[in-house]
Amino acid sequence: MTVEAGVEHRFGPYGGQYVPETLMPALAELELAWVAARDDPAFRAELERLLRDYAGRPTPLYLAERLSEAAGREIWLKREDLMHTGSHKLNNALGQALLGRRMGKERMIAETGAGQHGVASATACALLGLECVVYMGAEDIRRQRPNVERMKLLGAQVRCVEAGARTLKEAVSEAIRDWVANASGTHYIIGSAVGPAPYPALVRDLQRIIGDEARFQVLERAGRLPDRVIACVGGGSNSIGTFTAFVGDPDVRLVGVEAAGEGLEGGRHGAPLTAGGQAGVLHGSLSAVMQDADGQITEAHSISAGLDYPGSGPEHAWLRDSGRATYLAVSDTDAVAAFRAVARLEGIIPALETAHALHHALQPDSSTLDLVCLSGRGDKDLAEVLDRDG
Amino acid sequence: MAEPGTVSEVAAAGEAVPPGGAGARRIADAFARRSGAAALMPYLMAGFPTGEGAADIGRAYAYEGADLVELGLPFSDPLADGPVIHAAGTRALANGTRLADALALCEGLAADLPVVVMGYVNLVLARGAQAFARALVDAGASGLIVPDLPLEESDEVRAACDEAGLALVPLVAPTSSPERLEAIARRARGFVYAVSVVGTTGERTSLCDHVEPLVERVKAGSSVPVALGFGISTPDHAAAAAAAGADGVIVASRLMREAADATDPGAAVAPLVRGFREALG
Repeated sequence: MTVEAGVEHRFGPYGGQYVPETLMPALAELELAWVAARDDPAFRAELERLLRDYAGRPTPLYLAERLSEAAGREIWLKREDLMHTGSHKLNNALGQALLGRRMGKERMIAETGAGQHGVASATACALLGLECVVYMGAEDIRRQRPNVERMKLLGAQVRCVEAGARTLKEAVSEAIRDWVANASGTHYIIGSAVGPAPYPALVRDLQRIIGDEARFQVLERAGRLPDRVIACVGGGSNSIGTFTAFVGDPDVRLVGVEAAGEGLEGGRHGAPLTAGGQAGVLHGSLSAVMQDADGQITEAHSISAGLDYPGSGPEHAWLRDSGRATYLAVSDTDAVAAFRAVARLEGIIPALETAHALHHALQPDSSTLDLVCLSGRGDKDLAEVLDRDG
Repeated sequence: MAEPGTVSEVAAAGEAVPPGGAGARRIADAFARRSGAAALMPYLMAGFPTGEGAADIGRAYAYEGADLVELGLPFSDPLADGPVIHAAGTRALANGTRLADALALCEGLAADLPVVVMGYVNLVLARGAQAFARALVDAGASGLIVPDLPLEESDEVRAACDEAGLALVPLVAPTSSPERLEAIARRARGFVYAVSVVGTTGERTSLCDHVEPLVERVKAGSSVPVALGFGISTPDHAAAAAAAGADGVIVASRLMREAADATDPGAAVAPLVRGFREALG
């Protein structure tokens, strides 16, 4: 399969398909299916109908006036938190579940960190009558209990992963191992713009609706393009979905905000793009990763389960290297402060992941108009924040 | 990604030096000695259950008549491995096992048997493919298996291995199409590692039906031996693999499970290796 006929396998030097041979035919099958589906008017119509009538798209673009006043510039929030299930994850999960069903797969598997992708996958599977198994690290099950209960209520089976730091990285690994054994009847709904090709391109294609809508809305409402587009980056699906529409607008700065955790210097963070260093292979693609000198992947840390990941989507690594986007990191403490500030200023409780991006939007900058992807709601994070503040 | 005009292309074109160099030759000799039967290639994980325990296991393999040995490098995220090998790697890393320790072990093993190292691609890329291949050859290794490096991504590593004299052994799976099998087999060095199951490493109750046609299809397109691995748990499985035409049999999880809690890991695996050896004739 050539790139011209399919989807991108490489973004600059990044990406690729570093997986066991057993999976290669499944990846080829998925790529062919996606290329056919995305150009099929019937498939597109069904996805559009579900996104509109079931999920609540388009989501609003909201001029956050009190936040703008605090920041000293206009801040427009793309309200993915208002979508069904409370985050952008459903854009991808609905699309992939429809695609999986179209491929004749009756069993869907997914991984989840914060639980948002797990809930979105469980929701899409309930809607379409598909079996759903979600892999989730034991530590994330502890800190995201409400989402675990939601998944179960939606009929999904949640499988607890005890390996390693018992967070998102290990959940992805377990999901891939499941897929290696069961690919013929199973589709793996990967939750972020990571993994072997065609996943980074597939997830971006399904998430780019965020940026496509937002660009149209900001032009219509503000009469201009933003100076900056800001989004948080774990694996990088809401950010790539937001950035893609603006990549061709050279005057729009694209800013990805990673998790600095307890600080970049001590290694207790989730910011491989910001920290730099040698690229590496994690979960099937070459990209920015956190690793030691031998090439062992190191454990990430972030207060937000969705950013607690030592890898990053390969397209982000290329956007960084090519200079088209910049990446920086915000600490646990600053993210919690922004979480509280936005709740009080706007009556919006953002996801802790999103709070990283919001913190950066509140810092001094020459921008006069920022567009921030409010990727999800923060109800799931209340216990974590309250525990921390004791 | 690969540099054009490297040793691999020259060698593949039929020059005197075979692709994979001295490493491939040593592997070929080991298979040839078992011609008519099947070679036994037991697996051990560097640093598991301890550094000394791994060395004992290696000595037991040589003493009990193994023909080659597969040396696993512990990795933080082993996607192709089931619970036993995953846990072994986790324990080896927790013991503080580094690449340097694995190379030291390799040197000791290589005095007795050809060593084929199994390591995930990030370990190769972290050091750089050329430097990694040279380090393995310096440690006496004959071959390299990279379970997450499919054909499409393998040119650079294969060129580096050819240049260093190390055989890059590819994997084929029951899911591989005939076209893929042919393309993979054509570029194989040392031997072709045929994965006998659709899944990760680990013990199974029986050998799958598709093993025989898989072995046949690979042998049709390749001049190198075919070794079968993943899920070979009993001497009966090993005998069935040999009967299906495999030139070699790889046993891993069964042996590592036995070594995990043993006070004397070498003594614990010895009777099992003897059993596999006898089954293969």
